[in-house]
Amino acid sequence: MTMSRNPQLNAHGELIHLLSIEGLPRAVIHQILDTAGTFLSVSEREVKKVPLLRGKSVFNLFFENSTRTRTTFEIAAKRLSADVINLDIARSSTAKGESLLDTIANLSAMHADMFVVRHGESGAPYLIAQHVAPHVHVVNAGDGRHAHPTQGLLDMYTIRHYKRDFTQLSVAIVGDIVHSRVARSDIHALTILGVPDIRAVGPKTLVPGDLREMGVRVCHDMTEGVKDADVIIMLRLQNERMSGAMLPSAGEYFKNYGLTAQKLALARSDAIVMHPGPINRGVEIDSAVADGKQSVILPQVSFGIAVRMAVMSTIAGNDT
Amino acid sequence: MNILIKNGRLLDPATGLDRHGDVAIAAGRIVSLGQAPAGFQADQQIDASGLIVAPGLVDLAARMREPGQEHEGMLESELEAAAAGGVTSLVCPPDTDPPLDEPGLVDMLKFRARNLSRCRLFPLGALTRGLAGAVLTEMAELTESGCVGFSQADVALADTLVLMRALQYAATFGYTVWLRPQDAWLGNGVAASGAVATRLGLSGVPVAAETIALQSIFELMRITGARVHLCRLSSAAGVQLVRQAKAEGLPLSCDISINSLYFIDLDIGYFNAAMRLTPPLRQQRDRDALSAGLADGTIDALVSDHTPVDSDAKTLPFAEAEPGATGLELLLSLALKWGESSGAGMARALARVTCDPVRVLAPALGALGDSAGRLVPGGVADVCVFNPTAAWRVQPQALRSQGKHTPFGGWELPGRVHCTVVAGHIAYEASRPPAS
Repeated sequence: MTMSRNPQLNAHGELIHLLSIEGLPRAVIHQILDTAGTFLSVSEREVKKVPLLRGKSVFNLFFENSTRTRTTFEIAAKRLSADVINLDIARSSTAKGESLLDTIANLSAMHADMFVVRHGESGAPYLIAQHVAPHVHVVNAGDGRHAHPTQGLLDMYTIRHYKRDFTQLSVAIVGDIVHSRVARSDIHALTILGVPDIRAVGPKTLVPGDLREMGVRVCHDMTEGVKDADVIIMLRLQNERMSGAMLPSAGEYFKNYGLTAQKLALARSDAIVMHPGPINRGVEIDSAVADGKQSVILPQVSFGIAVRMAVMSTIAGNDT
Repeated sequence: MNILIKNGRLLDPATGLDRHGDVAIAAGRIVSLGQAPAGFQADQQIDASGLIVAPGLVDLAARMREPGQEHEGMLESELEAAAAGGVTSLVCPPDTDPPLDEPGLVDMLKFRARNLSRCRLFPLGALTRGLAGAVLTEMAELTESGCVGFSQADVALADTLVLMRALQYAATFGYTVWLRPQDAWLGNGVAASGAVATRLGLSGVPVAAETIALQSIFELMRITGARVHLCRLSSAAGVQLVRQAKAEGLPLSCDISINSLYFIDLDIGYFNAAMRLTPPLRQQRDRDALSAGLADGTIDALVSDHTPVDSDAKTLPFAEAEPGATGLELLLSLALKWGESSGAGMARALARVTCDPVRVLAPALGALGDSAGRLVPGGVADVCVFNPTAAWRVQPQALRSQGKHTPFGGWELPGRVHCTVVAGHIAYEASRPPAS
C-alpha cells in the first residue's frame, strides 16, 4: 500500500519521526536549528542537563558500526535527561538470525519511547517507523546511501552559524556522492533553505549525472567545482571504492579531488571547510587544510550534539 | 460431463468471432459455437447473459513455488488462484528449490497439477543444471517429461560461451529458449537507474543491462538459429531493439509483466517493498513504450509474473525484500483495463493473454497448440466466462493465492470472472451471481 502522506509528519504537519530531510518544510528546519541554538549553552553549563526527556527511554539501535554518531546521540539524549540504552545489533540479535521487525517488537516490549536507528540498507528506518507502536518516535541516524538527516541538519547549523544567509551561497560537496547519505541529506537541506548554487564534485563513477535532478550542478573538475565557493563539504572516501572499480587508487583520487591549500585558495577567501568525519588525511583532505583556520570540522561535532538534542526534543514533543 | 454455456457474447480474438450464442461442451471439447446441436443434453448449464465467453487465459509466467518453496506458495493455492483468474494454462519458470533440472521433478509437478485439474501447467526446464550457468540439462528428457522450453529464470547467464552452446543444443531439437535479457553484472541493482534510485540511495540497474543482453542474445541467435522467447522486457530501448530484430526476421517472441505495464519507479514512494520487482520498474517513457509495443504486437504477451512472496520476506528494507508480486487473479482485469485505457480495445487485450501466448508455446504443445487459447468447434474446451463491466476492488487478503503482496492493492479493476472451464471441467465458478 502506498503511503499517502509523508510518514515523518503527523496529520498536523508536525515532525514525529526524523527519517529524511527531503520534504521537510523550511520552517521546520529553521525551528530545529533555532532550538539547537538554545541547547548549545546547555553544553557549556556546569550541570549539562535539561529535563525535557526525563523518564523517557531512548534506544540507540546501530545495525551498522559507528562510534562518533552513536556517541553524540547518547550524549544528546543524556543531556535531555533520557535513559539511554545502546544496542550494538550488528554484533547481537541479527547475528543470531532475528529479523529487523522482531528486534523492534522485542525492544518495544521494553517500553522504548524513541529509536535512534542506523542501518546499512536505504529505507530501513521507514520500515521501522511503520511498525512501531503509535507513541514511539524514530530518528534516522543513517540508512544505507539514502539519508543522514541529523548530519544534514548539523551541517546546516554550521553553515548558518558562519554564513548567516543561505540565499547567496555557493556550496561545493566534493567526493563520493553516489554512496553518501550525508551528501543526499545536505543537498535536500540546502535546496529547501534556498541555496542557489550547489555543486556536486567528483569523478563520474562517484558523481552520476542523475544527481542533476536533485537540483545540483555536477562538476567533474575540482578547480571548477571549488571556484568561488563559500562552503566546501568534503566527504569521506571509503577504502572499498578502490576494489569496486570506482577509483584506481587513493593517491590518484587525492591528486584530482583532494582538498589542498592551493585548491582551497580558489574558493572565496572566507570559505569554510566542512567534513562529516572521520577524515582520511591525505586521501580527501590535506592535513594543512583539515587543521587550518578555515576548517570548521571540530565545531561541527559540537553543534552535532545540540542539533541532535533539538531533533529529539522536537519529535518527542509532537504527538503521533 | 456436458456443459452448456448459454446466451453469452462469444469473443475470440484469434478467429475474429464476436456473436451472441451458446457454447456446448462435451468430453473436454467444444462441440458447437452459437447453437447447441439438436438433442444436446447438458449436465450443467451456465447462464452467460450479459457476460463474455472467451478462450481461457494463457499466462506465460506464474511461479507455483513448488518444489521447495511451499511456505510461499503451493500448487493447491496457486492453481486455485489461476482458475479464479480465468487462467486455463500457465507456464512456470524453473527457479524452484531445487530448480527444475531433472525429469523426476517435472514429472511430479505435472502429476500433482493434473490431479488438481484446475489449470494446465507447463513447466520450463532449467537451461543449465541448478541454473548455475555451467552445465546443460538433459533437454530431451525434460521435454519428454513435459517441459515446453528452457530457461535461466531470473538468474543471468554470464558465460556467453555456455549461452551459445545452450542455444546451439536447443536449436538442434527445435526447443525454445526463454531468456530474461539481463546482463549478469550491470543487472545487480535493486531499482532502475535514474533520478528515483539516486534520490533514495538504491543501487541502480541501467537500461544497458537489458540492451547489452539483448544484443548478445540476437547475435547468438543469428549464429545458432535458435528460437528465443524474451521474458519481462522493461525498457523503451529494449522494445525498440526487439522491434528491429523481429523486422530482421529472427525467430523471436517476448512478453512483459502486468507490473511493468502499470507502475514506474516513482511508485516506490517511501521504499514501498510491494514495488520491489524483477525487472525493476523503470520510467514513464519506458512504460509508455511497453504499452505501445504491446499494442502493435512487438510484445507478444502480457504475463502476470505471478510470484507469491510471504510476508516475512516482504517486510524488510527495500533492497533486502524479496522481489515479486502475486498476479494470477489480476491478469484478466489488468489486460481489460489496458485495452480500454490505451485504446487498443478488448479484442487485442484478450489476444495478448490468449492466442498470442499460445503462438509462443505452439512448437511445444503438439495438437493442443491447434486450439488452445481459441474458441473452435472440436477444439479443447478451455473457456473463461467473465463480466467485462463489473468492477471489483483488489483486497490482497481476499486473494486465493498464498502470496498476498501486490502493488495493485486497493485498485478498482474492471472484469470479474464468472466461470472458468478447463478441459471441459468447471475449474472455478463464482459463488454469487454476477450483476447484470
